[in-house]
Parts: sequence; C-alpha cells; structure tokens
Amino acid sequence: MLESIAWPYPIHYGKEKKVSTDVLVLGGGVAGCFAAISAARKGARVVVVEKGATIRSGAGGAGCDHWIHTPNPCSKIIAEELVAYELESSGGYCNGLSRYIAARESYDTLLELEKMGAKIRDTEDEFKGADFRDEKTKFLFAYDYENKIHFRVWGTTFKPALHKECKKLGVKIYDRTMATSLLTAEGKQGGRVVGATGFNVRTGEFILFKAKATINCLSRHQRNFVFSSELRGLSSFRPPNIAGDGHAMAWRAGAAFTMMEKTSPTTFGSGYSFPAYGSGNPYNTWFPCTMVDAHGKEIPWVDRDGRILKSVSERTRPAPGQKFMGERSVTYNYKKPQLVPDLEERIKRGEFTLPLYADLPAMPEHERRAIWGLMVGEEGKTKVPILQVYTEAGFDPNKDLLQSYQFIRGEQIKEVGLPQERTTGEVADAGGLVVDWDLRTTLEGLHAAGEALFAANYFYHAATTGRYAGRKAAEYSRRVDEPLISKKQVDEEKARVYAPITRRDGIEWKELNAAICRVMQNYCSEPKNEELMRIGSLWLKDLEGNEATKASADNPHKLMRTLEVMDILVCSQMVIHASLARKASSRFLNFIRLDYPLLDPPEWHKWITIRLANGEVEIGELPIDFWGPLEENYEAHCGLR
Amino acid sequence: MAKEKIYARPNAVTPNKPLRFNSDICNGCNRCVEICLMDVLIPNPKKGKPPIIMYPDECWYDGCCVLECPRSGAVKMNHPLMQRVRFRRKDTGEHFRV
Repeated sequence: MLESIAWPYPIHYGKEKKVSTDVLVLGGGVAGCFAAISAARKGARVVVVEKGATIRSGAGGAGCDHWIHTPNPCSKIIAEELVAYELESSGGYCNGLSRYIAARESYDTLLELEKMGAKIRDTEDEFKGADFRDEKTKFLFAYDYENKIHFRVWGTTFKPALHKECKKLGVKIYDRTMATSLLTAEGKQGGRVVGATGFNVRTGEFILFKAKATINCLSRHQRNFVFSSELRGLSSFRPPNIAGDGHAMAWRAGAAFTMMEKTSPTTFGSGYSFPAYGSGNPYNTWFPCTMVDAHGKEIPWVDRDGRILKSVSERTRPAPGQKFMGERSVTYNYKKPQLVPDLEERIKRGEFTLPLYADLPAMPEHERRAIWGLMVGEEGKTKVPILQVYTEAGFDPNKDLLQSYQFIRGEQIKEVGLPQERTTGEVADAGGLVVDWDLRTTLEGLHAAGEALFAANYFYHAATTGRYAGRKAAEYSRRVDEPLISKKQVDEEKARVYAPITRRDGIEWKELNAAICRVMQNYCSEPKNEELMRIGSLWLKDLEGNEATKASADNPHKLMRTLEVMDILVCSQMVIHASLARKASSRFLNFIRLDYPLLDPPEWHKWITIRLANGEVEIGELPIDFWGPLEENYEAHCGLR
Repeated sequence: MAKEKIYARPNAVTPNKPLRFNSDICNGCNRCVEICLMDVLIPNPKKGKPPIIMYPDECWYDGCCVLECPRSGAVKMNHPLMQRVRFRRKDTGEHFRV
C-alpha cells in the first residue's frame, strides 16, 4: 500500500548556516515562547529553535484546561501557602524556588496571555450564574470553588496567541529544527555556554547558533522505560518528540542535575490504552463527575474525613477546618474529595457492578457543560480526538454514560501492567537542571525554564518560569561580550549528528529505544540494588559503544528520531548514575532499593546532584531547602523592583 | 474477479490510519502537514491531493491537523480500533461505541 516516495524536501546534508543572536531559546513550547517574548520585550534579539511548529508545539500546544496554583484577586491564598502545599505533598522534593516564582507571577502571566489574544475568562457569559464563576471578573475556577486558585481556561487559544506575539516582537523562529548540542567557551565541558547546534529535520541542513545567553526550554526526559514500537506516538504522556534532548545536551556540556533517580509507576493519560481524557472518570479534567455502576447505582463521594458527601457542590468545597484543596491529593491537609477509597474491594464484594460509567446526564447543567465542552475541549488532545470524534459517533453528554476502564485495565490510575513499566513522571515532577534564583543553571550563559528545571511540572509553571528566565537571560546578555565558537567542537558535533546517515542497514531507532527501555525496566526499576544497576550501566555503555554506533537513518526525519534515541540513552545513563548515588530508599521519589531499604532516613533527606566534569561523573548534594528564604530571595532577584 | 497483480509486501505498521482524508473535499493545501508536531505527514507528490501519512505510528493523536484544516470534512481523526470506548444511553440502556 505505501510505496517509497521521493523525499519531498531539498536535501542539504553538510550545508551549514550561521545564526547570531543575543538570547537563544531552545524549545518553542509554552516556556520557550514566554521566554522569547519576555527577552524580546527587554530589547534583546531573540531566536527560538523548535523541532515541530511553534504555533502548536510542545506538551501545552494542543491546549490546556487548568491554570493552577495562582494567587489572584478572587482568592485569599498567598504564594507562601501554595509552596508549602507543594513541599508537603512532595516530601520536600519539589522545586520550591521555581514554584515560588510561579506563584508570585502566574496571575500577571495569565493577564499578559489575555492581552496577546488568548481567552482566559467567560467573556461570552456561557456560564453565567455557575457555582464556579466569579461574576465580577468572569473567571471560572476548578476543584476548590471557595478558595479559587485553579482557573479553568480556554487553553486551545494560548499557543497560537503566543506564536503571534513572538512574530509581532520580531522573534526569529526556526521551526522544524532540532537542537543537538550546546556550544561552550573553547569547547570545554563546564565552560560558559555560547550557543547551540541544530539541524533542519526536513532538509538535514546544519545550523550554528551563536548566542550571548541560551535558555533551555526543552522539557524533561521521556521514553526511558515504556515503549511500544507500533504505538510509539501513544506510549508517552507528553508529545513523543520530547525525548530529553535538553537534558542530554546540558549533561554533555557539564551542567548539574538533580532528582534524576526519581521515577513513577505509569499513571493516566498516556493514551496507551484509550485516548487521553476519553474514558469516563472523576479526575482532573473530569472533576467532579458523578460515577455510577452498571446498574446506575451512584458511587459515593467522601471528603478527607470519610464523610459521605450529599451533593455535587460539596465535592468542590474544602472540608471543615481545611485551608484549601490542592490539585494533588497526597496529604490530609490538602486532600480533595474522592470516590470511596475502598471502591475496588466493594466491587469485588459485589456491592457495585462493573463496568462503571461517568454520569454526565446526572450532573448539574453548568458542571456538565464545563466538563464536556470546556474542559474536554480545551485540554490538549480533546477538542478533536474526544469532543469532535465522540460527538460524531453519537455521544450526547445529556443522555449518555461514558464507560470507565479504571478497574478493568487500570486506566486513569495505573495503565500499563508491570511495576517495571515506569515512567520518568507523567503528571509528576521529574529530575532536571539545578538552577539558582536567576533560573540560571550551573553553567554560565545557560538559563532554564519549564520542565527542563528540576522537580517542575504544569502549564502555568512553564509559562511563568519561561517569562522570568527570558528577562533574566536578556539582562545577562547585555552584560557579556560577543561569544567565540570553537570550530573543533562544531566539527565534532557535525560528525556525530550526521553519522547515522552515512550508514546503511544498521539498527533502526525503534529497536534501539526498545532495548534501552528493557535495560531500564530490568536493571533500574523495581526491584533495584547496586549489582543490578551496575549491570544496567554496563548494558547502556555497551549499547552506546556497539549498536548505537551502527544506528542508521535514511532521511532527515529518521535522523531526528535516531538522535532522539541517543539522547534517551544519555538520560537513561543519568538516571542510573543518580540511582546508584542515592543509598537510601524514598517513598517520595518512588525509589526502593533492596540493599538500602530504609525509607527516607533523615540524613538522606537532600538533593543528590550529578554532573560530568572532565568526562567523569561527579556526585554532589544540596540541602533539601537550598534555595533559602523564599520571599527575601525572590525580591532580591526578580528584577521587578 | 478482476486479474489484479499480487505483490509480496511487508506487514504495514499497525495502526496506520490516524487520519482519514476525503479527497473530494481536501485540496492539498498542506496546512496540516505544516502544523504536525511529530512531522508524520508529507505532501502528496500529486498536487491538490491529500497528504501522505508517512509515519502513522508516531502520531500523538492531538488533532491539531484537523483543527487547522480550513475545509470542514476534509480530514477526520480515526482512533486505533483497540482504543475505542463504549457508552450507554442512560434512559434506555442501549449500548453504543466510538
């Protein structure tokens, strides 16, 4: 059926383009676009390098339902309280620094988005009179309608608005361009970052970006544990082209990372089983949907104290004595209402009959329309895949019950079967770059934002930290000289990038990705011990020196995929290095070692850092609260005063 | 039975139809090709014809291609068969599926 078709784009292998700028933004997602806009507003010349198409790229490109953890005029919750919640929920393993910056500036960031043309409030009065609407501002809220810190937004309008603003400000966007390495002063590991290399994923042209300041907005690592060679696009939560390129590049350049030992059991939304958000459930985008069993019997909701809730509106109010409801319900203090926690046993006992369904018809009209039409609609991967497709199939939220697969296949809670089938975090924080209060990494000239940051997560956080890092990088770029590029470093990188296209009939990228994942599943997941992880490390080194050197690609697209897998290999090695260094188990990091079984002993309540120095792995550590006093440091560094 | 020439071909990557194009409506503007974050589509060598899904296994099923399409009905998303969800009419109990 599919014949071979001549490559439709001109091939420019070996051709080299040179670009020079003040601020180089790697990654054109939410963080990258905000960073670019922020730097441009400060008068810097800005370049964005994006593997896809900036108008819709990145984890947030297709849409966003919630803009969370945002103090605002409708709420009394302040930044310090939000960071306290985040730190409590993560046992301290959260980027308190960037979360504080985000809490202080996310409301202004949201308003700025509105000025760019995005829709952030109910301007058409579609939800007039709703429980979750503030009549004065027309803002809509999610989860906790009393404390109003999580906004329901029209996220499909966001990325196009950001893209338009970038163009308006004269930001030079290089779409279809994969960043491949960071360039450093004199080509030395650990030196000042002076730019980056990239190549066009359609033509294969090599591009040299020289920059005074560089911002890593390339998100987190992914695809290290779970693979499906034919459902490749569906076996990761974030877009599959997020492959840890940013982490690998910064690692090779000598930047320090932390929390790389954290992994998570696979949870919801990867789409491996069913379209994300496309099955009946009471979580997240669908909160607080009523659930019923096969006979229409309603599943009770309880608050954090186990009291049965009598109405839908009680699901969106804090419990007696509760300060506010967090987006995550990890600890008692911030726990949201949920379905009865022993539901699985009750099903087994016969009290409820499978399958369960989401009962949208039973929901109050505003909630039903908010869930089906706004949340499912504005969240990424829902407007077309769920709303449009399901409506065409005849689904009517006023009449139909959408089936849940949670207790049939684990979908929404734990999707894929084995404990080894982990991820580096789908909806949880993951390891990343160590940064300071300027969101600068340990490498001079390199800032970071979004999920490139250690222990980072969420759309609102990517946007706000991008905005912050952009102005910081612009300030830095004004203070430094024009950088010098090492020709030797460039030539070596060019050879590395093009190597796969010089080979024929080698191993293809998918098989290599699958092999890496298998190593991680067998040697660095559950169970773990020193011997297993050392063998895992040997295995990855062997793949690196053996099969990876034979990987071949016969067009620029496959070259992109092949280079991604090289980065996945590096990130996997980083995970093992960090895992070997943490000689204690940790509940918060989902990190269990057979040889060090004690959970979270106090002397190990700290950040383990890793970096390459002179080609050797250097282990370090930072105190759990190394960022110091939040308000004081923010005020001193934010540059807004 | 028409005499059709038979070929030895490998198994197609499966699933392989994340999108269904209607060639009567699609005019090959290729806006979907330009917006795809995974770059799974390539322009059809025949101008005016729908793009070719060269890497269907890489599709993230975000639907931005369909959103971007200026001609209603030119392209529709098609979930893999093993990913279809069921629903039931509340009052009649009748079963449906995507």
